[in-house]
Amino acid sequence: MCSILMALLFSLPAMAQSQEVEMADTMRSNGKIYVVVAIVLVIFLGMIGYLILTDRKISRIEKKLSEKK
Amino acid sequence: MKNGYKVVSIIILLYTLLAGFLMDVPRLNIVNETIRSLYFHVPMWFGMIALFGVSLYYSISYLRKPSFETDVKAFEFVHVGMLFNILGMVTGMIWANYTWGSPWHWDPKQNGAAISFLVYVAYFVLRSSIENNDQKARISAVYNIFAFAAMIPLIFIIPRMTSSMHPGNGGNPGFNTYDLDSRMRLVFYPAILGWILLGIWIASLRIRISLLNEKQAALEDE
Repeated sequence: MCSILMALLFSLPAMAQSQEVEMADTMRSNGKIYVVVAIVLVIFLGMIGYLILTDRKISRIEKKLSEKK
Repeated sequence: MKNGYKVVSIIILLYTLLAGFLMDVPRLNIVNETIRSLYFHVPMWFGMIALFGVSLYYSISYLRKPSFETDVKAFEFVHVGMLFNILGMVTGMIWANYTWGSPWHWDPKQNGAAISFLVYVAYFVLRSSIENNDQKARISAVYNIFAFAAMIPLIFIIPRMTSSMHPGNGGNPGFNTYDLDSRMRLVFYPAILGWILLGIWIASLRIRISLLNEKQAALEDE
């Protein structure tokens, strides 16, 4: 019993400290973090789409040039 | 099947972007939420090492058996590696501004990264200063080997031997010692692979363009 109480006493400050560290909790609880994620995803997918288009364009030129030969 | 790695790269990076922002991270003082930069800043350096490593392989194979193609590959992999190098340094400076207090700290890690950046810039200067194509390819292949051999101690050994604020250096534990818990590993390791594959993809596009240019020039000569 005593040891459990002691353990609780010593773990309390640690728990309190871990809650003191500021994180983006408000944003997460509001759900607003998803706005940021959506923006990042749009940019990333846009870039990837552009990369795929470039890839296909190069493939077309490669085909054209090998037919010329 | 040739394009399989591109699909893998896109899927992995989509996962790391989602999980990197939404999954739980350890609550640490000073770094706070910026710990998530680990998922994006560090893979730039892993990507750079991988791309420079591939380039080193092609430079050595050029010296063993010279061909136009291996020279182009060696050059383009360094080129994309430089993109990763610059992005790694800029993101590191942004992160340092908020955790160390200023973007440039003359920290051994930052100095090493800056010097190895200049070492690789010299590779481009060297290439563009030689007119003869065979000489250009041979000399730059030799230089590339020295550049890689200089970059490894500058970024990975010297900062560990002196005092550095960068995690993982100079007596500072890396994030992996206490902080990089198993949750973060689930995002961090795939992120490294995803960015390396993306770098290889971009390099492959540049290589194909260079080879096409050469092919077209050869056709015009006929």
